[in-house]
Amino acid sequence: MIPMEHYLVVSSIMFFAGIYGCIARKNLLAILISIELILNSVEINFSVFNRYLYPEQMEGMFFSLFGIAVSAAETAVAIAIIINIYRNAQNIDVRHIDKMKG
Amino acid sequence: MGTIITFYCLSALIIVSAVMAVTSKRILRAATFLLFVLIATAGLYLLLNYHFLAAVQLSVYAGGILILFIFAILLTSPKGDRTEPEDRGKVAMGLAAALSGLVITAMVTVKHIFLYADPNPTVAGDHEINMKTIGHALMGTEKYQYLLPFEVLSVLLLVCIIGGIFIARKR
Repeated sequence: MIPMEHYLVVSSIMFFAGIYGCIARKNLLAILISIELILNSVEINFSVFNRYLYPEQMEGMFFSLFGIAVSAAETAVAIAIIINIYRNAQNIDVRHIDKMKG
Repeated sequence: MGTIITFYCLSALIIVSAVMAVTSKRILRAATFLLFVLIATAGLYLLLNYHFLAAVQLSVYAGGILILFIFAILLTSPKGDRTEPEDRGKVAMGLAAALSGLVITAMVTVKHIFLYADPNPTVAGDHEINMKTIGHALMGTEKYQYLLPFEVLSVLLLVCIIGGIFIARKR
């Protein structure tokens, strides 16, 4: 029987890897990958808490489902924005994107 | 026993791939490691007996989002995927934030005593939610049923489709 804490430690390692990526990376797509890691770890937490603490209900599973759908929508819009930025600025490095043009 | 071995293999895969995904120099490799993380997460859902959630994870994340990422990477890196020079201050700051947060979170998680539903929880076994229950919960309007969020989410997806086309179209 696997203790619940092991799942939680794995998901928090994933979460803080994402935090590190958000701070240290420079490519916009790499930052987006880090955000995906963060969202994914949160969804693991929802379903683990559901399974271990309230096994008769399924609210955590539905929160995970809706979280997956919301993160898919968020990624689609973010990638559209990044492609548009690339078209205007010719790169997606956060250090060079400091001009807001209409 | 097999469950335990599977869990630790999947955990090791998740940890190594997550760290590689944020430290790898090449962005396409980072996306590949993200794919490994997502597939191993689907494995964790299977271990928790959430079969529908594992299928959704595989089809939406590993099937849909990763394709979007790979297309975006190929569209936005003209000369192959070149390495980005690291900024030492940023790396140190990120390491400090991540490690301190991880230590605090892990300590709180391990020290805390959770109120288990039954004192000796068994996950493996007959707890799988069948599809009929999930479908009724998604399509009902009573307590603990999710028709309204489902419909709101479909409107959100429509908005995202229109917004994505509007933002990324050629002018």
